[in-house]
Parts: sequence; structure tokens; C-alpha cells
Amino acid sequence: MGSFCYHTFPASSHLLVSDFAPGFKSPKLPYLSKQQERWFSRSQGASKIFAYYGLREPPYKLDALEPYMSRKTLEKHWGGHHRNYVEGLNKQLEKTEVLYGCTMDELVKVTYNNGNPLPEFNNAAQVWNHDFFWDSMQPGGGDMPKLGVLQQIEKDFGSFTNFREKFVEAALTLFGSGWVWLVLKREERRLAVIKTSNAVCPLVWDDIPIISLDMWEHAYYLDYKNDKGKYVNVFMDHLVSWNVATGRMARAEAFVNLGEPKIPIA
Amino acid sequence: MALRRVSKKSIELGLWHSHGLVREFSTFSLPNLPYDYWALEPVIMTEIMKLHHQQHHQSYVTNYNNALVRLEHALTMADSPTIVRLQSAIKFNGGGHINHSIFWKNLSPVKELGGEPPKPSLGSAIDRQYGSLDALIQKVNAEGAALQGSGWVWLALDKERKQLSVETTADQDPLVTEGSALVPLIGIDVWEHAYYLQYRDVKSNYLKNIWKVINWKYASEIYEKECP
Repeated sequence: MGSFCYHTFPASSHLLVSDFAPGFKSPKLPYLSKQQERWFSRSQGASKIFAYYGLREPPYKLDALEPYMSRKTLEKHWGGHHRNYVEGLNKQLEKTEVLYGCTMDELVKVTYNNGNPLPEFNNAAQVWNHDFFWDSMQPGGGDMPKLGVLQQIEKDFGSFTNFREKFVEAALTLFGSGWVWLVLKREERRLAVIKTSNAVCPLVWDDIPIISLDMWEHAYYLDYKNDKGKYVNVFMDHLVSWNVATGRMARAEAFVNLGEPKIPIA
Repeated sequence: MALRRVSKKSIELGLWHSHGLVREFSTFSLPNLPYDYWALEPVIMTEIMKLHHQQHHQSYVTNYNNALVRLEHALTMADSPTIVRLQSAIKFNGGGHINHSIFWKNLSPVKELGGEPPKPSLGSAIDRQYGSLDALIQKVNAEGAALQGSGWVWLALDKERKQLSVETTADQDPLVTEGSALVPLIGIDVWEHAYYLQYRDVKSNYLKNIWKVINWKYASEIYEKECP
């Protein structure tokens, strides 16, 4: 039957379809020999399509973020929590026929169900959130954004310092488990810092996330215990990947017009 | 169960408002643990108890007091937007103080009362309603394991209907937010800070083991008070 494999899948959607044996309703053929009938019923038995999502690895080794995020944190966070979300999601998807065939983005939006989330939402969103989070960091990260991203931050927050203050403040004033995001708001066409609870992510409001920070306790407790301030500052100083943010902004500008259109004068 | 109000600070507000008076205001303080930090080993390690009590609970108390001071000021100034805006900080930090104050009393070292099963009448009420103590524990653990994010799982008594129930609350919401007649008998903190250093991501092991240090005597006392 279906064998599912967790190998790295480079595309943004990591949908692995296995055991693609579509069933077909054969017309009742008269005069079939016993052997032919048995053959038909066996092939009709293997008619379910299974879709599995795979656990994508972070784009760096698990100890690459030391000493700011320890290997044992990544082993537990990625290897334990993130893996559980993937496996939990796959188990849930086995039972439903409506939800397969989506990219992760689509699955998150569909299961959010406009604010009345389906049971699959938590797992789906957390898989997406963690993929996004690992990508939002890099060894030797931190420092300042450059060029377009910096310009946009200065335009929307006044200065990078002001943005950083807002981001840290959001992280420290979040009640319970959740995430802090730098998002590009589609309608307002500007950057903003937002915080979300539990598994919610800005995709559900159709906004475009640029970077994220996991503020669930499991993200920092082994390394920083209760010292959230230190964790957030270390993230901003040493972990956040402005390179990735630049790539995401560039892609976002294909969908959101951030400036006045440059109409050439003939 | 009384919240400890030890220090009475009189905060003189130098402002007079048309409805205003100088009000007396009691701040809240961190209650002491009824046992040593290491007393719940090996079920809950010393480091967790220290951090949980001295840092987490303390910061709820501190922030609760701060919010109340600001509320006091806003009330005197009849500043409705601020009064309303402070509600979430009060619910979160006040709830954290309420919940943790109950939690310390819910626990007891194995050598003392920890893990000893409840005697009648709570014991028989549990058997009547759930079949057995084990069945109740399974239910509580299942609800605790299924809780997404941060929160608490409770064994509650509905004091009007005289019935037990298993409830969960999110973040630091106190049990009364699930029903005004609900009285907490046992609360288990399933925020990650309550177990992560020791049990890592295996929340189910924490939930399985914590029953070894649960103080049923305290729960029985509350139960008998409400259902004599």
C-alpha cells in the first residue's frame, strides 16, 4: 500500500502523492470467468489516493545556529514538535477526502474556514508556520536589512530602530502561545508588526508575511528559560535572515503595488 | 481559598475628581510554597519549581498589581477607554495569580499527601460520576493533552448542580470564565513552562506523573465545604 517518505522536497508545497491507483467503476461485464472477476475486484480495492505532507528540513544543520539557538532546541523543536504537527496532519488527512491536493498555503486558508477553524487547521498552520520560521533565520543572521526592505521599513515605521522596538514590544506583550510577524498588508500596502495566537498566521487574512518569530515557550525555554527579552533580542541581533526577507519582499511586490506606477512619458 | 493579601498600601492620589475620593488599595503578593522547591522531585524537578514560582508566578503578581494601580487611577479619572483596555492585562495576570495560587496547594510531596487517593465524599462522587479514579485521570489527561497552546485543565465542581466536571481554560483564564458556578478542585498547569525543562515535548508523561504529587486532601476539603 502507500509508502510515505520524508525526503526534502525543494518546492514550496511539499505534497507527496503516493499510491496513485485510481479506481474505476467498471461496467458489469457479463460472462466473466471467475479469474477475471477476481482481477477486477482486486484492482478496484486499491482505489484510494493518499496524499502525504513531508517534514522539510531547515536550510542549515541543526547546530548551525549555536550559540543563539542550541542544537538540542532544534532537535526538540524541529524533530519533536514540527514532526508531530506533520504526522498529526497526515493522520487527519487520511480521514477526509475533501482536503487533499492543496498546497500548504491553500490548506491553511481552507482549514481556517474564515475564523471557524476546522480540526485540521492547528496542524496545518503549525506545519506552515514552522517551515516559514526556519527559513526566516540563518547562521550569521541579524544585522540590518538593506536596500528595498530597509527603505520600506523606514517608510512605514519611521526608522529601523522604531520597527525593532515595535517588534520586540509585540513579542513581550503577547499573552500565551503565539507568533510575532513582520507582514506586508495587502490592502493597506504597507508593512506592519502583528502578533497572533497559537497557530494563526497572516495568510488567513491574505496578508504576506516577511519574517516571523516563534513565541511558544518551547521555542526558547531550553535556551533562555523565562528570559523572553533576551531571546527576542538575540533573534533580532543574530538570527533573523534579512536575505530571505528581501526575497520575500521582492516576490510580494509582484502582487502588491508599493509605489506609484512608473508610467513612461512618451 | 483566600488569595493572600499581605501588604496594605494606601495609594494617595493627589487628584480629586467630582466623584473621587482617595481609595484604599490592597496589592497582592506572591504566596509562599507550602513545601521546599526540591520536595516534589523526581516528579517535578527543583529548577522548574524555582522558575515557576519565583519568576513566572512572581511576574503575574507584579503585572497584576501594576494593572490594578493603573485601573485605580483610571477609575478615579473616569477614563472609560483605559478602564476597558486594562481588562485583558487584569484577566491575564490576575488569572495567572489565581491559578498558580491554587496550583501550589494542589501539589504535595509524595512523603506527605501527594498521590493519596481521595476519601469519601469526593472519592465516592468520583466513582459515581466517572466509574473510578483511574477513569477520571484518563479523562483529565486526555483533555490536557488535546489542549492547543497554553492553558489549564481542571477538575471542577458545579456548586449549584453538585456535579463534577473536567474543564479546560486557555492561557491564564480562571475557571470561573467557563461557568460562574464552577469551583476549582484540582488544576493542572499545561503551559510548557510547567514541564518543558524536564519532560520536553512529551506532555503526556508530565500528565501521567503529576498524579503522584496531587494533593487530594485539599480537593476533598473544598468539595466537602460546597457539598456538605
